[in-house]
Amino acid sequence: METVNYNYAIVRSFITWSIIWGVVTVLVGVLISFQLVLPELNFAPYLTYGRLRPIHTNAGIFGWGIGSFFALFYYMVQRLCRTSLWSDGLAKFQLWFFNATIITAAVTLLLGYTTSKEYHELEWPVDIMVVILWVAFAINIIMTIVKRREPQMYVSLWFMLASLVGVAILYLVNAAEVPVSLFKSYSAYAGTNDANVQWWFGHNAVAMVLTAPPLAVFYYFLPKATGAPIYSHRLSIVAFWSLIFMYLWTGAHHLLWTPVPDWVQTLAMAFSVMLIAPSWGSVFNGYLTMNGQWHQMRENYLVKFLILGITFYGLQTLQGPLQAVRSFSSFIHYTEWVPGHVHMGAMGWVSLVLFAAIYYLVPKIYGRELYSIPLANLHFWLVLVGQLIYSISLWVAGLQQAGMWHAMNNDGSLTYTFMEAFVEMYPYWWMRGVGGLIYLVGILVFIVNLIKTAQGGKPAPEAIQNA
Amino acid sequence: MSSHAWEKKPVLLLILATVTILVGTIFTMVLPFAWVNTEHDRIETVSPYSPLEQAGRDLYIREGCNNCHTQTVRPLVAEVLRYGDYSKSGEFIYDRPHLWGSRRTGPDLARLGGKYPDEWHYQHMVAPTSMIPKSNMPAYGFLNDNLIDPDAVKKAMDVLGFPYSSNDIAQLEGKTEMDAMVAYLQKLGTGIPWRKAAEVEIIGELVNPFPKEPTAIAAGELLYAENCAACHGEELEGQIGPELDQDVYSDDELFELIYVGVTDAGMPSFASLGSTKVWQIVNFINYRETP
Repeated sequence: METVNYNYAIVRSFITWSIIWGVVTVLVGVLISFQLVLPELNFAPYLTYGRLRPIHTNAGIFGWGIGSFFALFYYMVQRLCRTSLWSDGLAKFQLWFFNATIITAAVTLLLGYTTSKEYHELEWPVDIMVVILWVAFAINIIMTIVKRREPQMYVSLWFMLASLVGVAILYLVNAAEVPVSLFKSYSAYAGTNDANVQWWFGHNAVAMVLTAPPLAVFYYFLPKATGAPIYSHRLSIVAFWSLIFMYLWTGAHHLLWTPVPDWVQTLAMAFSVMLIAPSWGSVFNGYLTMNGQWHQMRENYLVKFLILGITFYGLQTLQGPLQAVRSFSSFIHYTEWVPGHVHMGAMGWVSLVLFAAIYYLVPKIYGRELYSIPLANLHFWLVLVGQLIYSISLWVAGLQQAGMWHAMNNDGSLTYTFMEAFVEMYPYWWMRGVGGLIYLVGILVFIVNLIKTAQGGKPAPEAIQNA
Repeated sequence: MSSHAWEKKPVLLLILATVTILVGTIFTMVLPFAWVNTEHDRIETVSPYSPLEQAGRDLYIREGCNNCHTQTVRPLVAEVLRYGDYSKSGEFIYDRPHLWGSRRTGPDLARLGGKYPDEWHYQHMVAPTSMIPKSNMPAYGFLNDNLIDPDAVKKAMDVLGFPYSSNDIAQLEGKTEMDAMVAYLQKLGTGIPWRKAAEVEIIGELVNPFPKEPTAIAAGELLYAENCAACHGEELEGQIGPELDQDVYSDDELFELIYVGVTDAGMPSFASLGSTKVWQIVNFINYRETP
């Protein structure tokens, strides 16, 4: 058999950097969660909650999330196409440019250069860097697929391709702005239009960055970790096409009860509820793949990460549509509930799947066996418990806050002032900070395990390296 | 296993995926442009930002205020009671970008303009807890140390196409970032005369339901500390608002002042507290034990 010269070096580099940015994400997250309870931790002008929160979200989405997807897509695309990367040089450029972009993003955000649009705060020069990065990535992936030696494209490749084109469309449309100076621009859209475009972007960034790519990873690494093929190819097809069709209608569920036209809100609400079907298509496909394999939940630490990950995806895609219904949204929107929801997706679904994929790749990218499986298990429990403390305390907080905001007396007056509801949040904010700290410890355990592996793990058998 | 053409042709898959993504995009993102910011949305009284207000708006963005404060009041009973009239599309046509936000760690600010006097904001921005004792808002005193750059503001106004006079720009000389921020906050939600329209009118005779009752006075003391002390002083000695000596106002005058507010003088309406609590405050102010 002809051997292929797979480029694992680029995979290893991207993983290293994505983990570094992941640590930054969680560190900043922990800091700003404590700023909520101890406002004296704000150090104006640079280290205030208002400037740090976008660094937390951007480092998470672009640094940890997309950085890991760069690594995992480059690994998967080579293996699934049985060919080496189209251009090693372009990939290397992309690695350096990726870090340059993230650093520029962090510095400009600290300096207060922001568009204010959530998950798209970066000002126009940094926007251009992001576009260059994505084009370089897309060309390399697409060209590698074009020159593949495996006729059939596996489901992971479909999700990758959809993500490449989806992110490009979303980012470019939402980035339309008129520069005033080097780091200041005004949106091309005004008021209600701007809000509607922004949340079409915002929600579909969740689809194209935090759903399609981790699904690509899940569909590849679950069969690899368990040795069992995905349960149904047909279900994969239906789930894929209906997911990328329905998602794009749902952005305005972030804008229920605002001045956005009612019919746009109603469509968003309807499609959000329908979106349960394609989301759970993938969840069921994962669960049914485990038929006869459930004992691996006990024996195989990778499976624990993957199955808990897809379970959080399933819960996330039930909770999301619930929040997208007008009546529930009127109650829960703008409360603490929402960050509870978001972090189940980020810390539960996406990160658990990424941890699994990285552990799986360890023998390949380091040529050594994982240093310690008990440490990997400890990592699993710490991040699971940390995330549950975080999300559950915020869901309870959100319910109480919403109840207090809407409570009315018999004479038609409000039962509570804003501050009466506000002070009730402090205990929950403490818990959220503690949950974040536990999660951070989990990640440090993960990193120690990886460093120990790289430094002196047992060499992995040849068979594993070329599997 | 049989497979479809698109599973073997990446370019075909890319095209099909693009088309699939564009359907919902066209219906829910492109099409609404035909509905929004049209003549139908226009509100006569809504005006663009002045240079100082726009400078303040840019600072609001720079400091990321939108991470904790929203700027849309939803048409829900409790929300309109708490913040004021619900937001209309035509009020936002000069907002590039919009600043509706997504989380209310702090309160909604869509109707903040005119609620408090300027002085309240100057003090609150420097030391939030001086006005709102349990607030977790960061202090923004440094805005007092920085001057506005009139040239940069002029450039911004040109890009946005908002009208201004050379005098407007000249007047920016010597203004601090704090001045701009306060000017912007006072503009919020004032594009429609909602505060006048929402003013409560008291009909019939007002009778103090619990005159001089010690329990009412005690309850009123707590309410005063929470809602009134920041402006009128902990000892009612007056600060931003006037001193509140006993016997200056009769019970029913005082009730009306608190319940209705004084729209033009920066005394907010406290109708949302309900009449019982307002009467308790009245009893505290007029019948408390004085040293």
